[in-house]
Amino acid sequence: MFSSFMTNTWIAASMVAVIAGVVGFFAVVRGSSFAAHAVPQGAFAGAAGASLIGANTLLGLGVFAVAGALGIGWLSRRGRQDVATALALVVLLGVGALFLSMSVEYAPELYSLLFGEVLGVSSSQLLPLGLLGVACLLAVGLCYRPLLLSSVLGDVAEARGVHSLRMEMCFLLIVAMATTMTVPVVGAFLTFSLMVAPAAAARLLTARPGRAVGLAVLIALLTVWAAVSASYVTQWPVGFFVGALGVVTYGLARGWAAVRLNGQLRRRPRLAAVTAAPVS
Amino acid sequence: MSHFLAPVFEAGFFESPAVHVALILGAVVAIVSGPVGVFTVIRGQSFAGHTFADVATTGGSGAFLLGVNPIWGFVVMGLAATSAMEMIGVQRPRGRDVATGIVLGGVLGLAALFLYLDTTNSSTTGASITVLFGSIFVIDHRTALIAALCGLLVLALVLPCYRMLLLSSLNADMAASRGVPVRLVGFCYLAATSLAVALSAITIGAILSTALLIGPAATALRLTKRPVTAMITAVAIAVAATWLGIVLAYDSFYWPPVGRGWPVSFFVVVLILAFYLLSGLRRRRQRPAPGLA
Repeated sequence: MFSSFMTNTWIAASMVAVIAGVVGFFAVVRGSSFAAHAVPQGAFAGAAGASLIGANTLLGLGVFAVAGALGIGWLSRRGRQDVATALALVVLLGVGALFLSMSVEYAPELYSLLFGEVLGVSSSQLLPLGLLGVACLLAVGLCYRPLLLSSVLGDVAEARGVHSLRMEMCFLLIVAMATTMTVPVVGAFLTFSLMVAPAAAARLLTARPGRAVGLAVLIALLTVWAAVSASYVTQWPVGFFVGALGVVTYGLARGWAAVRLNGQLRRRPRLAAVTAAPVS
Repeated sequence: MSHFLAPVFEAGFFESPAVHVALILGAVVAIVSGPVGVFTVIRGQSFAGHTFADVATTGGSGAFLLGVNPIWGFVVMGLAATSAMEMIGVQRPRGRDVATGIVLGGVLGLAALFLYLDTTNSSTTGASITVLFGSIFVIDHRTALIAALCGLLVLALVLPCYRMLLLSSLNADMAASRGVPVRLVGFCYLAATSLAVALSAITIGAILSTALLIGPAATALRLTKRPVTAMITAVAIAVAATWLGIVLAYDSFYWPPVGRGWPVSFFVVVLILAFYLLSGLRRRRQRPAPGLA
């Protein structure tokens, strides 16, 4: 599992988890899980197109991820965001279906792109992945505060001169960058699960944004490491373990949050007595 | 007349039994997706609507693994996912997308496993593509019959609670105060959606069934504010897009690269997007001058 040909995978998986944790936090806070799902799944069509014309998969993923992000942003300027996201997604997938119908040999490669491939990372891919990751972190760092403010209190952000549309665009482009990194390792289907599940669990465990980002990264790292090891041992797809672990961690966090709330109520007997007392 | 139509309908279009089944089934899907889609768009649950398409992928691949008709896989998984979303809390607008997302993540993980086992057991890597992208031209009559029955069941679920559903979609608090069981209605709606999506998933493929659910309904709601008119418009748009898509896909057999044919789903999606964008143009023209607003 720790032999030399797995080194690339461990490095790539760790980078991917850090980015997914950070970006996922904003996806959950903004209520944009759908966009976090649509951009990776749509980007898959780009990978299909790249394999059709013989270009680099990463390039195809990147182009379609950005196109998807811009499409969602453009369509949701007028009209509901979830409708815009759904339409952008289906158009990208329609184009993907067209690419697939034209290419001859695709099934195994397509499958690993959809559901992740432990051995899919070559050393030549590590550098672009790392650069993308750094760019992604820089982008998040640059617009951390306005992005957070517009995510939590949209009206206040507007009043303080933060353009909500521009922030939405920034966020979508960050998701597109994260997608391009994550899809080759985790697969187009489960990229979003790695973003949403750890971040949603982290938000249940703490209310502070900084701490939640750290926790989300930690949970994402643990998820990816466990998923890669399990996939190496069982030969089952990485995506399955990422998805299953996401559900498990979210369930545990829900349970922990419920237990803690219960304890808080018990520690304040006066409050409990007031709420329980019948109105006279 | 037939002389004029010859360039539009390639030879053998009206004789082919596959085309007959495709046209009829496409219409059934469109008719069912219209009303359900209008509620999906009004309630802002496009994500849930799309989730059921991916749920159908899991159900389809699971059924493939067990060797039963895929439609049973779609239905069972759809109902299971509906219940899971309801338990996590899809009924609250805040946190709704997280509830949907967690369920979707788990479901897609299962899909990954099922498809992996499918490919290792039967050594046909094409299984995943068949389930994901589907084709309206290669559907068997038995499946078509079950699909049509499913469609009627969906309409039977939605139509009796039409007024309750509409009120609780537009204003849940008011609906609750008037004695509407908002949660139960919401669950019924989700179950209906999961069936509608399962139905369309076997005709234009699991992923692209989202297009027929959301696109025509969103277009119709841009054109009119009346719910019933919107539903009828949505059905008309969906039928038009599906039929035109089938005609184009049939014709595309003679387009480059020759002999392969372009996928139906591509044409349907492009047509739906075109309708949506055109409806936006119409609304922009209707908007009053900035000074009046």
